Amino acid sequence: MINVFGRSIRVPSNLTRLVLFVTLSLLLMVLDRQGQHLEKIRAGLAILAYPIQAVATLPARIGTSVSGFFTDEQTLKKNNEALRRERMLLLAKLQQFEALKEENNRLRRMLGSAARVADRALTADLLEVSLEPFTRRIVIARGTRDGVQIGQPIIDSHGIMGQITQVTATTSRATLITDPGHAIPVLVNRSGLRAIVFGTGEQDSLKVPYLTASADIREGDLLVSSGMGGTFPSGYPVARVTKIINNPNEAFLTITAKPSARLNHSKQVLLIWPGKKQLRKNQAASADVQSTTTDKMRTR
Amino acid sequence: MRLSQDARSRVTIVITFIIALILNVVPGPVWAEPFRPDWVGLILIYWCLATPTRVGVGSGWMAGLALDVLYGSLLGQNALAKALVAYLAVKFHLQLRMFPRWQQAVSVLILLAINQLIVIWIRGAVGQAPDSLSYWLSSIVGMLIWPWLFVILRDVRRRVHVT
Repeated sequence: MINVFGRSIRVPSNLTRLVLFVTLSLLLMVLDRQGQHLEKIRAGLAILAYPIQAVATLPARIGTSVSGFFTDEQTLKKNNEALRRERMLLLAKLQQFEALKEENNRLRRMLGSAARVADRALTADLLEVSLEPFTRRIVIARGTRDGVQIGQPIIDSHGIMGQITQVTATTSRATLITDPGHAIPVLVNRSGLRAIVFGTGEQDSLKVPYLTASADIREGDLLVSSGMGGTFPSGYPVARVTKIINNPNEAFLTITAKPSARLNHSKQVLLIWPGKKQLRKNQAASADVQSTTTDKMRTR
Repeated sequence: MRLSQDARSRVTIVITFIIALILNVVPGPVWAEPFRPDWVGLILIYWCLATPTRVGVGSGWMAGLALDVLYGSLLGQNALAKALVAYLAVKFHLQLRMFPRWQQAVSVLILLAINQLIVIWIRGAVGQAPDSLSYWLSSIVGMLIWPWLFVILRDVRRRVHVT
């Protein structure tokens, strides 16, 4: 019997409580690992945790708006100028792109293969919250309300960033390609060699294991997504090979690569809905999505 | 309307935990990330030493679960680690209270390291363990902060009369 708050209550011993809670934790972990049983509970808890998250992001938001307020005209002009120039360049490239796309589809039709469908995209703001130390994940301000779903790829203007792994109504979490638990199937753009790129947990480095010394891969090669596995659409830049070490004592080459996407710099990311059959499924699920960019580029 | 003594104590403890949770997820520069101490762990250890009848295994578990939700990590991994830390802190609270401050700080380092060890074990089992040694910096920073945090929290506790 223990005297608690003036009342005599029989309290289980500390050890009993520890055993109870450890069992509960193990049960939760197994359930969480096994599948999607806990997504509802997690979403519910995430709503409770939202105020904490909101307060935590406050300093960053205030900082951004204050620095925005004090940006002088000179900087704005310079930025504007740079953007204008970049736009001109991109537009010039795009002129060829339309013609090439048509030609490509014509050739594909002649070969009897399916025409490629452009992907639908939606911009999303990054919420600045640090997550578990030593993981590479981000939180974005789009959720199921915008039609976001688990497994969906996210990109920035330079390449693939990662994929969505948890969704709540208004926010979702994405695992970046640099996360130690992430892998993405790729092609070496130059030779067409297939490979898999793994995250390392470090900020700007990826590894490409399981390639033998005879593999046709060189330093500087661009790795693009191959579309195998069905999660990522094909043809987006993923990484560039930075270093290849051929140690004769080991069965495979040690290859490191640098992500093409600017994982630590972007304030905004693009969510994409890959084309083809997944598109139709998504449209049914999210009829109310108004996409902001490259939406109308579908060919069929 | 004045809150009762009991309610005031509870509210104070909950508020300190919420502040700790916020400090654990507030965004900072990337290079400073490994130096971030585990505020929730520190606060939990303090309250376990000061008021072991109020804060114990259950509170630790809930704080850990809140951390899991905020981090988006495997549900239960931090909960398990924090429950164990709370258990150890409550079990040895009489000895720990008697220790001189620096010795207490070393004990806190051990508790925080146990917490991190549990987390890295679980993450290793799931296949996402970081292999960088800077992972452990967090516990060392926690140890260095402990003496100051202890004084601040003791003042808070005396002012609010948390018992």
